[in-house]
Amino acid sequence: MDEALLRALTPQVIAILVRRGADFAAAEDAVQEALIQAVGSWLSDPPRDPKAWLVTVAWRKFLDLTRSEGSRRGREERVAEEPVPEAASGLDDTLQLYFLCAHPSLTPSSAVALTLRAVGGLTTRQIAEAYLVPEATMGQRISRAKKTVSEVRLDSPGDVATVVRVLYLVFNEGYSGDVDLAAEAIRLARQLAAQIDHPEVSGLLALMLLHHARRPARTGSDGSLVPLADQDRRLWDTVLIAEGVQILQTALAQERLGEFQAQAAIAALHADAQSAEETDWVQIVEWYDELVRLTDSPIARLNRAVAVGEADGARSGLAALSGLDPALPRYTAVSAHLHERDGDVRTAARLYAEAARQAPNTAERDHLVRQAARLNAAQGQESGPASGSQGR
Amino acid sequence: MAKYLLLKHYNGAPAPVNDVPMDQWTPEEITNHIQFMRDFASRLEQSGEFVAAEAVAPEGAWVQYGGEGRPPVTDGPFAETKDLIAGWMFIDVDSYERAVELTAELSAAPGAGGKPIHEWIEVRPVMSEPPTAADATCH
Repeated sequence: MDEALLRALTPQVIAILVRRGADFAAAEDAVQEALIQAVGSWLSDPPRDPKAWLVTVAWRKFLDLTRSEGSRRGREERVAEEPVPEAASGLDDTLQLYFLCAHPSLTPSSAVALTLRAVGGLTTRQIAEAYLVPEATMGQRISRAKKTVSEVRLDSPGDVATVVRVLYLVFNEGYSGDVDLAAEAIRLARQLAAQIDHPEVSGLLALMLLHHARRPARTGSDGSLVPLADQDRRLWDTVLIAEGVQILQTALAQERLGEFQAQAAIAALHADAQSAEETDWVQIVEWYDELVRLTDSPIARLNRAVAVGEADGARSGLAALSGLDPALPRYTAVSAHLHERDGDVRTAARLYAEAARQAPNTAERDHLVRQAARLNAAQGQESGPASGSQGR
Repeated sequence: MAKYLLLKHYNGAPAPVNDVPMDQWTPEEITNHIQFMRDFASRLEQSGEFVAAEAVAPEGAWVQYGGEGRPPVTDGPFAETKDLIAGWMFIDVDSYERAVELTAELSAAPGAGGKPIHEWIEVRPVMSEPPTAADATCH
């Protein structure tokens, strides 16, 4: 039983049912039921044509579901009126599903959940476990999302930018669970890139590959966060890096720059450096300038300040930071880093401790509190052996 | 997508507007209050934002490691404890603004006279996993 195949077929089969006249919500339910049946029966009795099997079973499930509902007459009539078109490749329809599941009328969390189920072929339970919420809650989130998009015509053109943002959310805000959401986001981006030639889709895929390549180096054996500068670069996956760089170069050649290409370019420059010292910070600053121009994002400005600090010195970095809102996430951590680079250890230690209190996750908090402790211990040694052990 | 803990306090929170202790409500007011809380939780489940909800007993004990080979040290309960958690609701929402909005709804639970209590409820973000693409910005 090939789960990867089943999941790849999911959006295609949904699209076929929709083309036969099923509404999206019912088609999606029917395909989920067919998937569950496939998991149960394929192991002992694998079909010769898995896709045809799924279409047949899902269509039967759809008819069953339709009949069991109160509104069956209206629905059956509508279905009966629709001509059953000839089978097509299913590729374009899958693309429309991406647009539908990332529709702007959905909240980000709903779009993520619906994309993972209808495009990714994951079960509600798998999605619930991945996001650490009860299965009932995730089930409601998905069914509400389906209701929200029920009025959307599947043939209306979608916005690639919304799809790209949803996939990036899957990649970036995934919890560690049974399902590897980062890998899943990459799979869905690959599938999308195979169907649509858009530089931002390529940019997203490149960005995710380049970050994914660093994953083995991102955490220490004890689970602690290892910042980029301290990572063991021999652990980086050079195959993924090469692929990411190549995809990015092809995208950039189209000369339709977007924020994901710019971010991928920054990631590629990091990946290109054999050591942290060899990083081309001047070029990285230039890409951050592009990113700021494209997005006007305060987060991009904050990250730019870090790059400026590396390229032109800590004073310049602090100057770049000075115009920004101190309430920005990670502002204090960046400020601490730049103050340390500037030699102001006392201020840096205080800011690291403050940043630790504001940290949005335990890994960053632990990292920042260690930085504070490291600087406090260094100061303690300077002023005498006893003072470092004071306090808790 | 972020998780928040909505904390209700027995003490430690500022006084609410409708500040009549529950033991002085009518039975009907108590029933209505409990029904409101149940409805609120089920509404959150319907909206796909519910994670968990628990109430805790007001009286507990303090426990401490007693040292090698010794039993745990227990103490309390301390009547003078300033801050006392009554219960929590654990939610998963799209934004901080949404968490605040829901907390305000919870704070409107009816009390004496059927009027909203305007109870102060504490909202605390729950620590998440670090974002996958964070290593470039975390120094």
